[in-house]
Amino acid sequence: MIQLVELVVNGERHDLAIEPRRTLVDVLRHDLGLTGTHVGCEHGICGACTVLVDGAPARACLIFAAQVEGAEIRTVESLAAPDGTLNDLQQCFSEHHGLQCGFCTPGMLMLAEGYLAEEPEPTTEEIRDVVASNLCRCTGYQTIVEAIDDCATRRRAAFQDRLDRSAS
Amino acid sequence: MAEPRFRRDGAWVGASVPRREDPRLLAGRGRFVDDITLPGMLHAQFVRSTEAHARLLAVDLDEVRAVPGVVAAYTAADLDLADITALLDRPAHEFVPTAMPVLARDTVRYVGEPVAVVVAKDPYAAEDGVEAAVVEYAPLEPVVSDLGALAEGAPLVHAGAPRNTLVDVSLFATEGIDDVFSEAHTVVEVRTKTGRQNALPLETRGVVADWDDRDEQLRVQTCSQVPHQVRTVLARCVGLDEKQVRVTVPDMGGGFGQKCVVGREEIAAAAAALRLRRPVKWIEDRRDALTAAFLAREQRYTVRAAFSADGEILGLDADVVCDMGAYSCYPFTAGIEPLMASAEMPGVYRVPAYRVRGRAVTTNKAPTAPYRGVSRPQYVMVVERVFEKAARALGIDAVELRRRNLITVFPYTGVNNITYDPGSYLESLDLCEKTLRDEGWFSRRSDENRVIGIGFACFSERTGYGSGAFAQRKMQVVPGFDISEIRMDLNGTVSVTTGTLSHGQSHETTMAQIVADRLGVPYDRVKIVQGDTDRITYGWGSFASRSITIGGSAVAAASVKLGDQLREIAAHLLGGDVESAVLEDGGVRVGSSWLSYADIADVAYLKAHLLPKGVGPGLAATASFDVGGDGTFSNATHGCVVELDPGTGGVEILRYVCVEDCGVAIHPQVVEGQARGGIAQGIAGALFEEVRYDDAGQPLAPSFMEYKVPTAREIPDVRIEHLETPCAFTENGAKGAGEGGTIGAPAAVLNAVNDALRHTGVELDDTPIPREAIFRALEVS
Amino acid sequence: MKPAAFEYHRARSVAGAVGLLTELGDEAKVVAGGQSLVAMMNFRLARPEHLVDITHIDGLAEIRREGDTLRVGALTTHRTVEKAELGDFAVLSRAMRWVGHLPIRTRGTVGGSIAHADATAEWCLLAVLLEARIVAEGPAGRREIPAEEFFLGPFTTALEPDELIVELVFPHPAPRAALTEYADRKGDFALVAAAVDLDTDRIVLGGVGPVPTVVRGGWSSGAASRARAAAAADSLDLRDEPGISAHYRRGLVRTLVERAYEEAARG
Repeated sequence: MIQLVELVVNGERHDLAIEPRRTLVDVLRHDLGLTGTHVGCEHGICGACTVLVDGAPARACLIFAAQVEGAEIRTVESLAAPDGTLNDLQQCFSEHHGLQCGFCTPGMLMLAEGYLAEEPEPTTEEIRDVVASNLCRCTGYQTIVEAIDDCATRRRAAFQDRLDRSAS
Repeated sequence: MAEPRFRRDGAWVGASVPRREDPRLLAGRGRFVDDITLPGMLHAQFVRSTEAHARLLAVDLDEVRAVPGVVAAYTAADLDLADITALLDRPAHEFVPTAMPVLARDTVRYVGEPVAVVVAKDPYAAEDGVEAAVVEYAPLEPVVSDLGALAEGAPLVHAGAPRNTLVDVSLFATEGIDDVFSEAHTVVEVRTKTGRQNALPLETRGVVADWDDRDEQLRVQTCSQVPHQVRTVLARCVGLDEKQVRVTVPDMGGGFGQKCVVGREEIAAAAAALRLRRPVKWIEDRRDALTAAFLAREQRYTVRAAFSADGEILGLDADVVCDMGAYSCYPFTAGIEPLMASAEMPGVYRVPAYRVRGRAVTTNKAPTAPYRGVSRPQYVMVVERVFEKAARALGIDAVELRRRNLITVFPYTGVNNITYDPGSYLESLDLCEKTLRDEGWFSRRSDENRVIGIGFACFSERTGYGSGAFAQRKMQVVPGFDISEIRMDLNGTVSVTTGTLSHGQSHETTMAQIVADRLGVPYDRVKIVQGDTDRITYGWGSFASRSITIGGSAVAAASVKLGDQLREIAAHLLGGDVESAVLEDGGVRVGSSWLSYADIADVAYLKAHLLPKGVGPGLAATASFDVGGDGTFSNATHGCVVELDPGTGGVEILRYVCVEDCGVAIHPQVVEGQARGGIAQGIAGALFEEVRYDDAGQPLAPSFMEYKVPTAREIPDVRIEHLETPCAFTENGAKGAGEGGTIGAPAAVLNAVNDALRHTGVELDDTPIPREAIFRALEVS
Repeated sequence: MKPAAFEYHRARSVAGAVGLLTELGDEAKVVAGGQSLVAMMNFRLARPEHLVDITHIDGLAEIRREGDTLRVGALTTHRTVEKAELGDFAVLSRAMRWVGHLPIRTRGTVGGSIAHADATAEWCLLAVLLEARIVAEGPAGRREIPAEEFFLGPFTTALEPDELIVELVFPHPAPRAALTEYADRKGDFALVAAAVDLDTDRIVLGGVGPVPTVVRGGWSSGAASRARAAAAADSLDLRDEPGISAHYRRGLVRTLVERAYEEAARG
């Protein structure tokens, strides 16, 4: 059986004719060529496949692509500017050495991106709790937590800066 | 850190510069094996044994071939491939080889062993095909533990291996050691069993293989730590010449040793590609990665140690049994764990008498490979438990007891015939203890309302095993050296090969830093070429903390040779003397004149007639490096503070301090990352992860629900302090930094838990530490 | 780890879903958040021939307060409950921290969790603890099933194959209730989970039997929480199992019930 599915990924519309059993992560990677999202366990625990579905971090291995018609999907490919300039979160990961092999990194980035959008003022412990959603085998997690913490701080400072400027 | 931090004036080595790898990996633009798609590519999956031990009576693939989307399905008989056999140059009573077939032929020896390969148009159809296979088994009694393997009358996993023993060596046996024990003031004994673990790279194993008619080559893209060894085995198995196989390694999502051996599935997938003349991809799924990939670490120790009344260690007598599973891995063999433990156990202590028996037994479990630290996490844990027990028996503080026995005068030749180069064994212990004391942990430990313990681990780690050191292990193929080829192109940019390869360790950055210093060019003008058997003369890959020590030295030596060429040409062109020519600012200065590398390259490639006599065109050099003698030893002391929950037996790590010395750190941030990640894996082994089997040999941890990889909640922040004892005989003063974290953590954690239990009289020596045992110990008290 | 083939059906209304379930019979399975089902399908431990997707049905993701009653729509995610201001039902929000991890909580649903009926699942314990009624719609219309009668065994419920859970009804507030758990690793299924409600004097345990287990108090009303916890632990019929003895499990029950009491008393 083939299902027609219309997916919106990183703002772009795609029309697909796929088997309904194809998971979102397989469709992103192999039907759309967005290989930034990785596959680590296919049972929802490692988080390498974490993407944003309507802004919320979700496991793309536990969703059938057919289920998310009409939703806004965002993947790691949406973070950097078209010219390749990294966004502030990616920059923080690099500066804090929050990645080694880079395999868990896209999932960690999308987890953090979704979380910080919802919770701009998390404590370090809250960040640690959220990072505990995904597995990393290289870093020991500390530098990932620090990178997200630093990014949140910078975003708050930038926000404050904008407020100050608009007030003055 | 966006701006490079320089360690000393103008030097790249020692600066935590931005990693060259980061932008693509952060943007999702890396290229891992599963990201590769070739036209017409097919997908392989494996029919795997559901029995731990059985005769294979029939493998019927007719139904498989009828499944929609399935293109082909092969048994061992269909593919007719040579076996994978790894050898040691040891007599039959010390070593029995195993022949590991690519697909099981007549016997299956573990659940998950590949029996047939199914090739289909997509991975979904491939799994549909796998389900349709009909395999007939005649079950045999399985061997599921080391004790079971050694038991009288045990069934044999391999007919040629009596008592299921693949390796049995007795080493050293210092003369008079029995007297040492009988006359000693105190003898303590440690019995330990450590759990089987999975190195668990987050990227599972995988391959894309296709036959290229134009290059007349089987092109194999695979996430391997040892591409040249894959080439050799693959060529041998399928019957091709070495030059007919090209193995390249794309971005790689971790390895930790599991990928430094040659697996069966990549050979089978490549053989299918060869037969079908179509690209075939195989990506291991997580269930297979947890049950059928190479495992490690299941060991049993019985160790006695003799001490004098004032706490001097007098002797160590050890028996080590390693459960290596069903087959020897290539190239290391089943000897990897027992030989490592036997050779290195005395470690950082002045042990005057030593005797060890090391055995590898074969069982009906997935086979083993080296895993980060190889036996050292285990024997360090055992030896550190020895010191804790001796301290209690002697009434001496455990840290003080270590101080009295640490090697402090270097070079030191141990009872194990190893010469240790200088390190900071005592200094690291002192600093680690002081750090925890200054942070107030010793006073918190005395709080009677809390159950807090502090544990230490002292160790050194031989890094950069040269050919000589590996030859001592009597491997039939002897890793050790590395070869580097360097080339400067027209505009003065540099490319350099290394036979090592990064799977997270940052070679594109750190190797470039080394070249940058030698040639005086910015590190981003240096391109590192790694993981390609066509472009690299020969390489042993990355394992055993060898990349910077050996690979980095070869890269440095090649850079110096290229520098000499540049100086010679520049001196000729500027009419000066070679001796006075110096590399400076991206060019060569001869007296008051200066020529840029681009200018020199211009001559070397485009105006070769201007070159000095005897100097050929082009700018290229090759150098190799090997570590003479016994290699170089990194060292560290780890300190761990735990709090136990009497209500649940739960363990929380409150603090972790690592004082490490890996000589000159090329990139301190990378070194710290290696330490932190290693410590996390060591904690995982001490507290969480275990691959268990039931009595029938069925694996009990086929998912991440059962195989409990710790998360950010379980792994603490780690304070790292650096000491620097430069290595005298590697090119950069560096020692290896890849494994130390993993080596120290189990001992530190286990000692801390036992320290917290000090009032209970209970001592726990097995890992992973069962929470129920902690609960019971605290309940009684 | 790729699921077996199935036919996909998207329901647009409860009636439509029930119609599909009626038509497709035993071979059909409902998927909502899919956080348990899709994992099982990837392992091919579940292989429905038809999948009825209810995530596109409007109106099933609402939380409504009606007097003392709280109604939680079946498609409400754990994360929505976690972030909601539920006043004297705040125990529900607090308990959500135990449900998997953030990306699981953003997709997993209340109804899905109840229908999956894992005996340690937080929603199953909470439903039994707070005497919730599970509202199911079938071809014959709606019916309400008391939570205590709903869970029949591990992954087995009183739901008929052609019925769909549409909401949970919590009949009374629980300002002094709490749920707590123990697992070696954060986010894992609990070894033991304990939920208590001080006002109804109910204790519900997970991990001690095939379904959420209600412990009937044999203690006097004035008994201290420690004594109640001990009594609860002692009342259980537990067996040694591989990797965990009855003794240890009983100890965990004692600890967790006491800690749940303490948390509940803090409100």
